[in-house]
Amino acid sequence: MSHKKIKTISDPKIKLEVLTKEEIIKIHEATLNIIENVGIRFPSKRALEIWEAVGADVNHDKKIVKVKPYLIEDALKQCPPKYVLAARDPQQDLPLDGNHVCLGTDGCGVEVIDINTGEKRTTELQDVRDISRVADATEEVAFHWVPVSAQDTPAEARGLHELKAVWENSTKHVQTESIYNVEEAKASMEMLEILAGGKDKLRERPMLSLMQCTAPPLGHDGGSLDAALIAAEYGVPTGFMTMSSCLTTGPATMAGTLAVGNAEVVAATALLQLAYPGAPVFYAAALTATDPRSGAYTGGGPEDFLFGAAVNALSDFYNIPLSMGSFATGAKEPNWQAGLEGGLSTFMASVVMSDMLLGCGFLHGSRIWSYAEMMMDCEIFSIIHKMMQGIVVDEETLAMDSIASVGPGGHFLAQKHTRNHTRDLFMPQFLDRRPYTLWEDKKDDARDWATAKAKKILKEHQPDPLDEKISKEFERIIKSVEKK
Amino acid sequence: MSEDIEKLYKDMAQSIIDGDSDISVELAQKAIAINMPPLDAITKGFVVGVNYIGDQFGLGEAFLPELVMAGEAMKAAVATLEPELLKLGEARETMGRVVLATVEGDIHEIGKTLVGTMLSASGFEVTDLGVDQPAEKIIGKALEINASIIGLSALLTTTMVRQRELIEELDKENLRPRIKVMVGGAPITRDWATKIKADGTSEDAVGAVKLAKELVGKA
Ligand code: B12
Repeated sequence: MSHKKIKTISDPKIKLEVLTKEEIIKIHEATLNIIENVGIRFPSKRALEIWEAVGADVNHDKKIVKVKPYLIEDALKQCPPKYVLAARDPQQDLPLDGNHVCLGTDGCGVEVIDINTGEKRTTELQDVRDISRVADATEEVAFHWVPVSAQDTPAEARGLHELKAVWENSTKHVQTESIYNVEEAKASMEMLEILAGGKDKLRERPMLSLMQCTAPPLGHDGGSLDAALIAAEYGVPTGFMTMSSCLTTGPATMAGTLAVGNAEVVAATALLQLAYPGAPVFYAAALTATDPRSGAYTGGGPEDFLFGAAVNALSDFYNIPLSMGSFATGAKEPNWQAGLEGGLSTFMASVVMSDMLLGCGFLHGSRIWSYAEMMMDCEIFSIIHKMMQGIVVDEETLAMDSIASVGPGGHFLAQKHTRNHTRDLFMPQFLDRRPYTLWEDKKDDARDWATAKAKKILKEHQPDPLDEKISKEFERIIKSVEKK
Repeated sequence: MSEDIEKLYKDMAQSIIDGDSDISVELAQKAIAINMPPLDAITKGFVVGVNYIGDQFGLGEAFLPELVMAGEAMKAAVATLEPELLKLGEARETMGRVVLATVEGDIHEIGKTLVGTMLSASGFEVTDLGVDQPAEKIIGKALEINASIIGLSALLTTTMVRQRELIEELDKENLRPRIKVMVGGAPITRDWATKIKADGTSEDAVGAVKLAKELVGKA
């Protein structure tokens, strides 16, 4: 039997204000100032034409666009504030309504810690299948990012092979960041149309969403822009992710980096609205600070955590859903650093109710997939899920009768009230609370249990299969994109 | 040597350490004005500063922006002295010429730029073509400036194949081993580098310098 339940954070009891209203407006004004006076690079013919048609100042040589604030602000007003990320199984649809935090896997990894050998190796299509299957079984994972790169498939159709593999191995929503050119974007829309059973149905229940990176500082990638415009045309939710990073692609100061990143996302989002008013869009970000000693971009660290909360303040200001990078770590194996960085980044992004969290499973700055890390990240998410429920204070939870009957001394273990509420407490899977000697006998820990759990799922879990006819159609479309 | 000259060398080094291009250019002009041999200005003055920052960076005491700004200040000083060098028919001895680029279809820039900065700081003459560069252009540039090394960055699994294509092209034209190729980027492993017959790879900029020195036989 497959799990149909998905764990999302909702009705939070904890709140955090990382930026005041005035600070948000200052960043917004800086953003408009950047777009109007410094400009944003849009290296796509189509994008430049759209900007030109609405009267923006377009420099075709440099491909830099400068836009008056009112054009941007009016365009942003067209963004739908709420919509649903549909899943193959409608029970697993995800509402992006500001009251749900949904966890996804991380995506596009290049290496994997092989679950059987424990050795690191290059990723393949089979890894995409396996990881998707494990994610399908896990209630914490609400949607997929294409987790790793199918490097044994032809480069020109790789993004499509990956999508097919996820859809065949899970009924949950799929988001991809590996479709970033016109050919693959068109083909993926064709696949989606077949999956949904028609263009209208696709629009009603988009089972795919697209994430494109911006090209910081203050630019975009042409292929990504064109792919996003195609998705928007089909009503497929599309987001631009800024990865502006203090020191290199942003100023050393966090406020400045927020303004740079925000300008990239806001300008591209406005472009989509100008082309297709009302198209479902989301804000995406993985802002961080570059390591000053090496230039490494790994995510994690206090700036990363603060960004995790700050960006949601901005996306709330624009009233569009947010997909926020969390769980990023530079750790090389699932260890202290990975737990620390995963825990704090995800707490900060969750406490402000980021709609989507990206994502669990990676080590070494989004490069190496680890099943153990994935499972432990899921547990971190569960812990935060529990924390966000806060402390309920009412007659029942104050437990006055129970307290009176126990009185001074004694214990609460034999109370009915206690028994009734024991399961309110968090049941960890991977936290070690054993006696010391038991540990000493085995010297095992969370990593071993997490790996064992993933192995068990891989052995046992069979996701609801995808109609074979649909798979065949997918194959045909993919073949048409592959070079002969 | 007069104290004045001694002080000028010191100031030159300091202008690099401070990453101050205005001052380094000013000092280079002063060197020309007092007829100081341009090569002396470079090797006894400015290079001392570059080496100092490089060492501090290696020790974790100096940070990236300092390194980059020192590189800029150095470049500006050398550019000011270049016409004098030409007049004298002299050339600054470099470790070798490197053409650097991120391959076609790929816009990841930072890693390549860092490698370029470190190579320059270590005495290589680096031509950085930027991102999204087709093989013909990279090879063309390498031939034009008689480069001994091509450095190729690729961060996407879909663009790493461009590294192989470029190497195959060089082989076809019989341009190797005259031109050595080093490769790098997030998905690049030693296995990959071996498989595509590259001359080496490195996971970071410090390693890239070490590799480049080996490739030009100056390790
Ligand atoms: C920052 C970043 C970006 C930024 C780049 C900004 C810029 N101006 O450069 C932006 C946002 C633009 C970006 C875009 C995309 N990215 Co990106 N990006 C990264 C990230 C997080 C860090 C890269 C970085 O700057 N690192 C810091 C520098 C200092 O390190 P480095 O580049 O590795 O370089 C060092 C070494 O590799 C080596 N080196 C590098 N080059 C060379 C060359 C030679 C000759 C040698 C010897 C050594 C060497 O030395 C360098 C210095 O130490 C990586 C993940 C990661 N941690 O690597 C993903 C990553 C590379 N990106 C990825 C992807 C998928 C994309 C996009 C396709 C996403 C999208 N759909 O839009 C686009 C690409 C568009 C395109 N056509 O290129 C994937 C690629 C994996 C894959 N499956 O192919 C990665 C691994 C992340 C992930 N898991 O998703 N990205």
